[in-house]
Amino acid sequence: MTDRTAEREETALASPPIDWIPILIPVAVALIALPLIGSFSTWVTLTVAALAMGMIIFIMASGLTLVFGLMDVINFGHGVFISVGAYMSLLVLRPLTGWVESPSLALNIGVLVLCILVAMAVSGMFGLVFERLIIRPVYRQHLKQILVTMGGLIIIEQLLHVFFGGSPITIALPQNFRGGLAIGPDMIVERYRLIAVVIGVAVFLAMMLVLNRTRIGLLVRAGVENPEMVEALGYRIRRLFVGVFAAGSALAGLGGVMWGFYQQTLTIGMGLQVLVLIFIVVIIGGLGSIGGCLIGSLLVALVANYTAFLEPKIALISNIALMLVVLMWRPQGLYPVVKV
Amino acid sequence: MPDPLLTLEGVHTHIGRYHILQGVDFEVPRGSFTVLLGRNGAGKTTTLRTIMGLWKASQGNIRFAGQDMTARPTPEIAAAGIAYIPENMSVFSGLTVRENLLLAARAGKIDATRLEWIFSLFPAMQRFFGSAAGTLSGGQKQMLAIARALIEPRDLILVDEPTKGLAPAIVANMIKAFREVKNAGATVLLVEQNFMAAKMLGDAVAVMDDGRIVHRGAMAELAADHALQHRLLGLHMDAHQ
Repeated sequence: MTDRTAEREETALASPPIDWIPILIPVAVALIALPLIGSFSTWVTLTVAALAMGMIIFIMASGLTLVFGLMDVINFGHGVFISVGAYMSLLVLRPLTGWVESPSLALNIGVLVLCILVAMAVSGMFGLVFERLIIRPVYRQHLKQILVTMGGLIIIEQLLHVFFGGSPITIALPQNFRGGLAIGPDMIVERYRLIAVVIGVAVFLAMMLVLNRTRIGLLVRAGVENPEMVEALGYRIRRLFVGVFAAGSALAGLGGVMWGFYQQTLTIGMGLQVLVLIFIVVIIGGLGSIGGCLIGSLLVALVANYTAFLEPKIALISNIALMLVVLMWRPQGLYPVVKV
Repeated sequence: MPDPLLTLEGVHTHIGRYHILQGVDFEVPRGSFTVLLGRNGAGKTTTLRTIMGLWKASQGNIRFAGQDMTARPTPEIAAAGIAYIPENMSVFSGLTVRENLLLAARAGKIDATRLEWIFSLFPAMQRFFGSAAGTLSGGQKQMLAIARALIEPRDLILVDEPTKGLAPAIVANMIKAFREVKNAGATVLLVEQNFMAAKMLGDAVAVMDDGRIVHRGAMAELAADHALQHRLLGLHMDAHQ
């Protein structure tokens, strides 16, 4: 080996720098929007609304990005787990109307937590069945995946139709989560949006904790890069697939509850309606990247909210335009996951 | 000759419509360093992947430590005690060196004595223990891939062209490390195109051509017989001498 080669071997030891640019983009977008919007209070309202929306989108999309990244499965059925989650909240809200209308904060939190638990459990179970019956026969066959997962989505949507009817259902937020909270002169932020931000941050931190501090997380991160090598080390990747798929479906269910309360109206097609947005987020973030998914969600929500205020007509295409710009800059997404 | 740890009998492997292995027969004696040689496309990598169950044998028998492994899934084969170091190294770039090793340590923790031994084989590993594997150079990645196979005691280590594309000094380090692994009593099946490296390490040799074993014997015999080397390995191998 020449000295130069040896030197190259040594210098390769430096730790990789954190890629701050994608993290700074949402901040830059928010700062650029401030003078364009003009009013500081309006800007705060729009920004907090976007953060809440972004966090809910993140919760819904995070499961899909892991399924995409780890299992290489294009799951168009993901949207239906959002609808299932949202509708499962009815199983809690209907018998516990008293808790919803109670002035007690503890009961209000209790009913929200119950909705989340029931939604995640049922969506996760649906996910297990969905993986076994629909996904497993079409691993590594993308075209068939698109077709059968769409088929699965339609079947489960029709089941929701049978049990809950086709008409939109209005749901009420628990008493203490209604209305706004004054955070400054002329600045009111809706309480539920703050709750959505808190839950979104909690989900993100929990996911990062699991992915970076547990053996299961280590396996998932390795499996996203190279599932074959994970198997060659002695781990059954199929079991991991099933677990991740169920967890991703449960997260979609949680997102469904949050989205349902956000809209305060449930429709059978609500999951399908946000599916395009979720795919945009997953693609912008980089397939399989949780950090990228969070940044992508925030970016999509900020751009959508600001353009809806500044130029409503542009808002219709803002997300597609955003995806176009990001992919022209980074074709593999903001935080590409290296795959072998 | 000691009893065989690994035996392949009439192994055939198809990949799509291609018939790659066409009846492979050979044995890896326990405690030996066996080298599988052959030109590009002879089926060496396919043989290793078939042993690991990454490609399924369509016919024939693979026995490891007296057990039939032919139809077993890859995780079971690995759990039975076979480590695999693929040609492309396949280190997990997004994981740190420590995490790569931790994943390979199926007990859930890294044995400190074993880690010290690995550091003695590859001193540079100690310095980049906390670095992401993706930031390492090619040689360092290869060291990590080998370390990953050594982090737990394994009965058999399959190694696919570890010296490919590496600078001569790094190859020399790697040969030194493999010698120590050999002295520690490990059984190794090495696929290699670098005949010099193969000659320095191998006890036994098998030569492949067109998906079949065309020669089996002691490495010392092949190393001493230039005519046989030329006939079996051709000019391609001479270039490495």
